[in-house]
Amino acid sequence: MQTPAPFDYAKATSVADALALLDKHGEEARVIAGGHSLLPMMKLRLARPDALIDLNDIAELRGIRIEGNEIVVGAMVRHAEILSSAILAEHYPIFREAEHMIADPIVRNRGTVGGSMCQADPAADLSAVGSALKGTAVIQGAAGTRTVALRDFHEGPYETKVQAGEILTQVRYPIRPGAGSAYEKVERRAGDWAVASSGVFVVVSGGVVTDCGIGLTAVGADHYCAPAAEEFLIGKAPTEENLAAAAKIAGDSCNPVADQRGPADYKAHLAYELTLRALRRAARSSQGA
Amino acid sequence: MQVTITVNGVEHSRDIEPRMLLVHFIRDELLLRGTHWGCDTSNCGACTLWVDNEPVKSCTMLAVMADGKAIRTVEGLANGAELDPIQKGFMECHGLQCGFCTPGMMMTCRALLDGNPHPTEAEIREGISGNICRCTGYKNIVAAVQWAAENPATSEVTA
Ligand SMILES: Cc1cc2nc3c(=O)[nH]c(=O)nc-3n(C[C@H](O)[C@H](O)[C@H](O)COP(=O)(O)OP(=O)(O)OC[C@H]3O[C@@H](n4cnc5c(N)ncnc54)[C@H](O)[C@@H]3O)c2cc1C
Ligand code: FES
Ligand code: FES
Repeated sequence: MQTPAPFDYAKATSVADALALLDKHGEEARVIAGGHSLLPMMKLRLARPDALIDLNDIAELRGIRIEGNEIVVGAMVRHAEILSSAILAEHYPIFREAEHMIADPIVRNRGTVGGSMCQADPAADLSAVGSALKGTAVIQGAAGTRTVALRDFHEGPYETKVQAGEILTQVRYPIRPGAGSAYEKVERRAGDWAVASSGVFVVVSGGVVTDCGIGLTAVGADHYCAPAAEEFLIGKAPTEENLAAAAKIAGDSCNPVADQRGPADYKAHLAYELTLRALRRAARSSQGA
Repeated sequence: MQVTITVNGVEHSRDIEPRMLLVHFIRDELLLRGTHWGCDTSNCGACTLWVDNEPVKSCTMLAVMADGKAIRTVEGLANGAELDPIQKGFMECHGLQCGFCTPGMMMTCRALLDGNPHPTEAEIREGISGNICRCTGYKNIVAAVQWAAENPATSEVTA
């Protein structure tokens, strides 16, 4: 039987309350969201916090809404809510496509956006989506609120810009009229983590790509993105040749490691192929097809 | 820590350690052994029960996180002596062999039908993708869900 080591537990009722509780319990306190990454790590003693601050009852961390030209997603929004959100489906099908392949429906009832971003797993799907869409993270601490571009949010595997005593409160994604988006993932079996995934958005206007974003996960892409491939594509016609050349740059920029999910060259090939497939579909949908 | 959790309509108050997992609270504190405990890693789904009407893998939730919430386990599926249609479906269609996955599977399937009374086969298969069955090959489980969808409130079991 796996049971975590002992810890103190407190349920926060608001963001201010959570910050006060974090302060009170000190450096070794951690927040718990869905618990679907943290509890398994605690069972294995890979994490051993002295105290858990539960964010599940904080209403202000819930909800998906539009503010100005951004979609705002609260940190405690569950995967299942992202999957069924009409707002996200309208602006960015990439979310639905990614969520359908994240874990399984029961895990999706608990796992959250904030937990997923803060866990910073090198194979996290929402991190690739966030980097593709060039979103921003809103971080709150005793000193106030700051925003960090999602492409700067991750310091490395399992490490983010969120400091001790702070919490992630929101993730914000800019709305781009006319954008097409798509997500492609290869997994060993239903519900598994990615062997490789690629998610993109493309805006085609006047026959050329005017804006795009390419996100990748599980393939060792810096900050889950491929900026050189994006630069290449902007200003060019979305022809098969150009999309394939961009996908090649994306694939070459990855640095996958071999593990039980596959050898490195296979993953690099997937990074290329999945990026190409996602670019094709996103470009087509931006052109109304 | 003092918690009060409603399970199948009955309120239970206990003084527990924060590190106690919900599955052990249900099985070892309340002695409701219908909820099974398998992989302990949120993969197999044997421990699936409902927290406020949503299926959750109870090996990956702390019991203290369920304080004040309403839980439904497999023991709460039947209405007295009257089995739930999903239970009848599993009987009619031979939806189980060893039965280890069955309680979690039925809790997932009941929720699936509540949200989508006429799921396609693909929707059923995606719906149960977080519940592993080592015996049946899933075919008869899919058939059981389809049976329950077609017989939402039958009162007789012929099997
Ligand atoms: C069986 C299984 C399969 C999975 N498959 C996939 C998959 O295919 N793709 C994928 O992307 N993910 C997958 N996941 C991960 C899942 O998507 C969850 O997103 C993930 O578990 C983290 O979310 P959580 O809410 O459970 O976070 P928790 O476990 O509660 O927290 C994770 C970490 O983030 C910190 N944290 C949480 N919220 C905040 C906040 N608001 N501010 C600051 N820090 C915070 C916690 O302190 C902790 O360190 C899988 C998980 C399981 C159990
Ligand atoms: S015991 Fe909980 S998912 Fe396997
Ligand atoms: S009936 Fe044996 S595991 Fe499903």
